[in-house]
Amino acid sequence: MHATSVNKYRWRTVDIVVASVIGVASGIIFWAWGLAYGPLSAALSATPGLTALLGGGWLFAAVLGGLIVRKPGAAIYTELIAATVSALIGSQWGFGTLMSGLIQGLGAELVFALFLYANWNVFTAVLAGAGAGVAMSINDLVVWYPGVDAGFQTVYVICGVISGAILGGLVPWFIMRGLARAGALSRFAAGRQN
Amino acid sequence: MATLSAQGWGWQFAARPAPALKNISFDITQGERVLLLGASGVGKSTLLRAVAGVLGEDEGTASGGLTLDGNTPESCRGTVGLVLQDPENQVILERVGDDVAFGCENLGIDREEIWHRVDEALGLVGLDVPLTRSTSALSGGQKQRLALAGVLAMKPGIIALDEPTANLDPAGAIALKHAVTQVADATGATIVMVEHRVDLWWDFATRIIVLGPNGVLWDGAPSALPEETASVLESAGVWLPHKQIHSSTHHVGSTVLLSAQNLQVGYPGSPMVSKEVNIHVRAGEILAITGPNGAGKTALALTLGGLIPTQSGAVIAASELQGSASGITPLKWRSRELLSRIGSVFQAPEQQFIAATVREELAAGPKALKLPSVEVKKRVAELLERLHLTELADAHPFTLSGGQQRRLSVGTALATKPQLLILDEPTFGQDAVTWTEMVSLLSELRAEGCGIVAITHDADFVAAVADTVLELGGEK
Amino acid sequence: MTTISPLAKLCASGILGVVLLLSLDPVSAMVALLFELALLPWAGVPARRLLRILIPLLIAAPFAGLATLLYGRGVGEVLVVLGPWEITSGEAELALAITLRVLAVALPAVVLFATTDPTDLADGLAQLWKLPARFVIGALAAIRMLGLMRQDWHMLRLARRARGVADGGGPIAALVRLGNQALALLTIAVRRGSLLATAMEARAFDAPVTRTWAREAKFTARDGWFVCGAAVIAIIAVMMAVMTGAWNFVIS
Repeated sequence: MHATSVNKYRWRTVDIVVASVIGVASGIIFWAWGLAYGPLSAALSATPGLTALLGGGWLFAAVLGGLIVRKPGAAIYTELIAATVSALIGSQWGFGTLMSGLIQGLGAELVFALFLYANWNVFTAVLAGAGAGVAMSINDLVVWYPGVDAGFQTVYVICGVISGAILGGLVPWFIMRGLARAGALSRFAAGRQN
Repeated sequence: MATLSAQGWGWQFAARPAPALKNISFDITQGERVLLLGASGVGKSTLLRAVAGVLGEDEGTASGGLTLDGNTPESCRGTVGLVLQDPENQVILERVGDDVAFGCENLGIDREEIWHRVDEALGLVGLDVPLTRSTSALSGGQKQRLALAGVLAMKPGIIALDEPTANLDPAGAIALKHAVTQVADATGATIVMVEHRVDLWWDFATRIIVLGPNGVLWDGAPSALPEETASVLESAGVWLPHKQIHSSTHHVGSTVLLSAQNLQVGYPGSPMVSKEVNIHVRAGEILAITGPNGAGKTALALTLGGLIPTQSGAVIAASELQGSASGITPLKWRSRELLSRIGSVFQAPEQQFIAATVREELAAGPKALKLPSVEVKKRVAELLERLHLTELADAHPFTLSGGQQRRLSVGTALATKPQLLILDEPTFGQDAVTWTEMVSLLSELRAEGCGIVAITHDADFVAAVADTVLELGGEK
Repeated sequence: MTTISPLAKLCASGILGVVLLLSLDPVSAMVALLFELALLPWAGVPARRLLRILIPLLIAAPFAGLATLLYGRGVGEVLVVLGPWEITSGEAELALAITLRVLAVALPAVVLFATTDPTDLADGLAQLWKLPARFVIGALAAIRMLGLMRQDWHMLRLARRARGVADGGGPIAALVRLGNQALALLTIAVRRGSLLATAMEARAFDAPVTRTWAREAKFTARDGWFVCGAAVIAIIAVMMAVMTGAWNFVIS
């Protein structure tokens, strides 16, 4: 067989299409989460800053895309597609959603990059989710909650990190394992580990 | 003009213990029309994908050589066109014209030339729809012809088809055969095809290549196929033409389980409504429902199964079926009440799977009925045995082959011992062996007193097993 | 509206979106909203369809303001007391501003994209803005699958009823069921995606050849004027807010 050196960082067609599909499906969930956010956040906003615990619901696309495709840019791309789809269906935050998507995806992407795109276990996933959570918190505090006091800010960041780590990191890990067991990831490395 | 040549070619998927194919050798010259036959799972699809150059290097390793005029298939994408089995997952763009033009765009052809080819290709396959028609609005058969047109527009020397009629109704299959014949005659392209139901293409093929686990079993003209090879193929499940299907004796059912008068069905929110029908489903009888695509057969199955509401008329359960359930319309029954009375098996088995292993899948129904765990285990073991799924008991349902999934799907419906069973296309995509198994399973169930409704395109199935036939006329 | 370049529509909703987000005040949002509503008949969307796509937005927008109404930092005189919640005039103003802004930002985006064909948008993004073609087309193919996903979701729900697991158990059980159903949908969708990728490669996608385009994406003077029009609306909205003193820059 001819031995062409395939650049292992280059996205194959199946990488692009599957990342897009995950982005689209996540975008639908993001939109639904956004609808539920109203009443849910009203309940949580008794304690200042706690609403960040819900933020993870918009972060999981990044880590899920990253864990499946395992190539540079996967986290940002998937999160961005998801944000776009949710904005298109009619999210209430309009264009802000796109910007959030970009920044949140970047948060996860940086963690994967720090591991040189070589480490894809559950710990990396949780860390990347936490990274997305940090990015989300900072973005939200600057854009949506300017002028809150330091107490609010601290709680918000902490909650954002927790939510990101769990909803945005651990949950995608389990989703990826579920997909792998169902044989849906046979063309990916994720489908071949153990 | 391409010559396709394999020299001891083999392929092993990464992370699989054994090679999928080995020792494949043949030479196919321009203009030949080749039918690839072999048992399920022997690797025919893999070979076609390799020929089309879409088998990724990262997916496994090849041995030996496979060349197109001396070049590797990957380096001449566009010389081989591939039409896949599922009409839905080959449509790339939303408008008909754009979808056909897709291949040409990828090959860097001029805009004017592209549209010229699009018109030519659509004409050749007989798809007479405007270029702006939505691809989602096409029927399955039309989608397959659309895929063929898209391939044709690239002007390939070889056209590979992987079970193109598997998901089509008889009318769609014939239309596709027409299209392929016209294309082959007009362009002189080489045709390499994998198909289960061979009678349709037997007169079309100029050559048969039979694949076996250790290489090519036989290679030659269809008329020259020797008896021994033919019987090996048949026992492996390949359909060969001129096979006798004996019709069973007709049974008359006993009590009426479900009836509907002046019933019209359709999907909620959709304006399409079927013609009026009257239906009586009896215990110990098999009712086959036939008709062209679009007539509303699946909607009828869903309505009878108490899953969607009727558009007019009502579905009434007899007291024998109703038992202790609340009300006489299955639609109003609780999900658990439905479970032990009517079993519904969908056309796409994957949509019905809810568990992570075959064993849990079979146990799900009995568990929902809150049966004691001893009983649950007993039923699961019985079903695994009856459906030949014992070795797969711990596999994930999604990883099963099409035929296995369909048997599992029927099994999950049987686990709760319903009095009425509704099946949507139970013989779809089955090879000869699993087809026969399905027929005998349903006959056994009928003998046990079950009432069975089967939506089907399969004329042989109707002849073998149906006691009553309802023809649902087509509508616009 | 369907003949305006999708890129122009993208720019227009982008301009409005970004500019309006710079300030949180009822005046700029209201002005922009009034312009948008006035221009709505020219969008070329039949009234019934328009209502259908706007209703989710109309429902969601007040919720955005609700949180502030109930939990904002109490400023100004108390207007009414509802149980544990004190609603002040400051909060009411802010809540109104937020609701109006949500409507003003999302309305053009939703309407403009209801009149855009995704393939045309993809053409524009790849041909004129030079985004990488493989990604644009891959995303386009995935978006087409939205319709299929909706059908799959519907059948998945019916299947669960037939399997006896559709009801009972309370809200937690219902959530778990929803989660399972979502995972099933995702599995089916990912498999579809893999098959589609093979089909695309079978049509020479990703071949080492420079791609051509069957449809030409254009950006005409008319499109340019459209974008300018949006900019004008944005500027007027800002000016009105500044002149009435209501301008309230977000990062302060």
